[in-house]
Amino acid sequence: MGTTNKRTVEMALGTPGVDAQGRPIRTPVTVTEEGTLAQLQTGSPVTFETVQLAEPDLAGEHMLINIGPQHPATHGVLRLVLELDGETVVRCIPHVGYLHCGFEKIGEYRQYNQIIPWTDREDYLNSMGNNVAFALGAERLFGVEITPRCTVLRVIASELSRIISHLVWLGTTCIDIGAFTPFLWAFDERENVYRLFDAWVGARLTTSATRVGGMAADIPDGWMDGLRAFLSTFPRTIDEIDRMLTTNAIWVGRTVGLGAMSPDEATNYGLSGPLLRASGVAYDVRKDFPYLEYETYEFDVPVGTHGDVYDRYLVRMEELRQSVRILQQAADRLPDGPVNCSDHRVILPPKSDAMSDMESMIHHFKQVMEGPRPPIGECYVAVESPKGEKGYYFVSDGTAKPVRWRIRPPSFVNLSAIPKMVEGTLLSDVIAINASIDIVMGEIDR
Amino acid sequence: MSGAFTPVMTGSADPAAPRPVTPKAVPYRNGAVSPSAAALRAQFGDAIRRVAVVWGETTVVVEPGREGEIVRWLHDDPSQRYDYLSDVTAVEFRDVEAPIEVVWHLRSLPFRRFLRLKVELAKGGPLEVDSVWPVYKSADWLERECYDMFGIRFRGHPDLRRILMWEQYREGHPLRKDFPLRGRFSRSEQLRQALMANPEARYSMEELSIADAFDDLPEEIRHRLATGERTGE
Amino acid sequence: MGLTAPPRAGEQIATYDPASQESWVATRLDLLVNWGRANSLWPMPFGTACCAIEFMATAASRFDLARFGMERMSFSPRQADVLICAGRVPFKLAPVLRRIWQQMPQPKWCISMGACASSGGMFDNYAVVQGIDTIIPVDVYVPGCPPRPEGLLYGIMMLQEKVKRERMSDTTLRREMEPDPTSGLYIPAEAIDELSEPFGNSVQQTRSVL
Repeated sequence: MGTTNKRTVEMALGTPGVDAQGRPIRTPVTVTEEGTLAQLQTGSPVTFETVQLAEPDLAGEHMLINIGPQHPATHGVLRLVLELDGETVVRCIPHVGYLHCGFEKIGEYRQYNQIIPWTDREDYLNSMGNNVAFALGAERLFGVEITPRCTVLRVIASELSRIISHLVWLGTTCIDIGAFTPFLWAFDERENVYRLFDAWVGARLTTSATRVGGMAADIPDGWMDGLRAFLSTFPRTIDEIDRMLTTNAIWVGRTVGLGAMSPDEATNYGLSGPLLRASGVAYDVRKDFPYLEYETYEFDVPVGTHGDVYDRYLVRMEELRQSVRILQQAADRLPDGPVNCSDHRVILPPKSDAMSDMESMIHHFKQVMEGPRPPIGECYVAVESPKGEKGYYFVSDGTAKPVRWRIRPPSFVNLSAIPKMVEGTLLSDVIAINASIDIVMGEIDR
Repeated sequence: MSGAFTPVMTGSADPAAPRPVTPKAVPYRNGAVSPSAAALRAQFGDAIRRVAVVWGETTVVVEPGREGEIVRWLHDDPSQRYDYLSDVTAVEFRDVEAPIEVVWHLRSLPFRRFLRLKVELAKGGPLEVDSVWPVYKSADWLERECYDMFGIRFRGHPDLRRILMWEQYREGHPLRKDFPLRGRFSRSEQLRQALMANPEARYSMEELSIADAFDDLPEEIRHRLATGERTGE
Repeated sequence: MGLTAPPRAGEQIATYDPASQESWVATRLDLLVNWGRANSLWPMPFGTACCAIEFMATAASRFDLARFGMERMSFSPRQADVLICAGRVPFKLAPVLRRIWQQMPQPKWCISMGACASSGGMFDNYAVVQGIDTIIPVDVYVPGCPPRPEGLLYGIMMLQEKVKRERMSDTTLRREMEPDPTSGLYIPAEAIDELSEPFGNSVQQTRSVL
């Protein structure tokens, strides 16, 4: 090809190469008469007067893009390295560990009740749920049974946590996809739940609500009225958000068909929670390996059909409604009675007893100084957290501090499937898919 | 998608089984053994070291080196169908002579069963087990974390490198019992090493080998990358 | 800036001095500039963990950061004024935090939100930086685990007071603190080690058995 009429000469980065000083080699490109941008494949610099036009080979180059670790839309400190062919993702390599804080190591240096504050901080959107999960595991390890009142209170705690976790997911996913208003609505509802938590245990977010064998505190007077008031107003908010998003053309267009996983793939990748259920596998720990007498509550488990982002959204919205249903049943059936079990080798005796009765005082002393000691053994207890199957694996050697405290993190395993989910999608879809997995980095990195 | 949709139901392999209930009064020892233990004994005989039931959970300890085929059998066999890998982790005991145990938590969704598989690795020898990644893709990151925290190598894992700590982390494997809680180095030294590491200023060889990018680079820059020089800010 | 660079020879840190030669114009200008800066601090939320959720709750409609001029969260450090480090910072994240801070143009301030950012919090172990002031200079520490939104707002208001007390004649304020080129540390290594030592009850908490 000979010379052509050039409109302009633009300087741009040519094929990736560096000269002897390590600077990128710059190759001029031209705009042809037809208006197409042609790129030169020559490695050596050319003069401005004459250029040789070659066939543009824009399809051959892939870009390497780094998202994170500090990024508004990665839901925490996550680093995604994407290989892009234009706007399409060819490969995604996630890097985690930017929030690794040594939870499991610390668990080996703390008594069982002292570990409970760490369970708050790990999946911090589901603090009470984590507290409950830990307490269930520790109680299995100790071999104590909890009272009926404690059982129902823990169901209430778990379901309220599920609601606030899903609301954070909803708010942040909406922001990622571009809808700002549901974020404000969702967070305002969360403030109502935070007020309930504050009244119950004194903290909004990091609740440390359970103890091995019972709860940190019983609910105060009037708390159930607060819960019922919340349950009466919350479904209206769900409906409002539903009306805004579910049949919204933009929302549907941004979420349908993305990141789909087939049921077999989802099971093999170890996905759990709404992710797995949206792919069509009806595995819910509350139904399949029940705890806290969930088999006595009437609730449904929503299951999706395609496994894409839209289905995950629908599953989580429906789970919000089902949680309200469970909470209403729990609020109706809350029995009276003690909230802590009566085995004072495991749980602190009431203060009045500890001050008057010798045996109680000794129990109190031993538990505060040494901590309750379980028999030698191990156990794994899993609950259905809003993110998926959350499990705590304890190994005890008979001392007050566990030999091993393992957290089975649902978000960690769910996130490992992201390279599979984002292949072939566009760059903005990566953000939507990442949001739909509902990760919380505190749990992933522990 | 047209046609009726049938979700994959759990418990489908045994429809006559009673609905699951919350376990009550779980015995400490000598609870009901999972049927998979007997099936494993029948199939693998000598590879099964012992079976224990603690707090209602069946634990099967197998010979090191046999775990790969055992896991594969548990996944494929139609009477077992352990299709879900819940966790891969390791346990080191405080007793110095006790072996390190590598633990697999398997679930069978069709049968609604839970099984714990263990392998004991003596501390003096190489800490290596078979990777179960060919069977369960969920083992990918779980095994990487086990390697990062304990130093256990998984044979057959496609990409065994550190995941939670940065790759040039020099203090050791944090969850080992000889690793102190606050780390081996002083705080200022830890900070100094962390600031030097700067993991996201580097792209791994794998990332840079993407498509044609690596081949297009001149020889000199490829050599510079290979010696660990930082690129790309 | 919290840990300001020490004054160079002949430099004075501005203090209140009735007989100073600062003119009426300079003080009026200070007032105007500081008022503008204090009431439009654009935060860069370096949110990592639970404190980030409380930060989001503070920014949401119940507590509302917009009334402080801070609703425009700048996730690009190049357009931010105040770095709010909300959450624990592990060692792997330390160079990231340092780089984000260095990318922020002057004038910039830093709020360390929460116990973990201020001192390492409950994570006195191998993985967590024992206080981000070992990496970057901090202006306001907000204690809490996590601090209530009211607490964070109080910290923000303290920062606003700090901004309003700045004087243009104080040339030490806007100088970027450079880390030591060999070690990369701002403050001497001995100071970091001393500050990070456990004290009080926490000396008992590094034992694994009884």
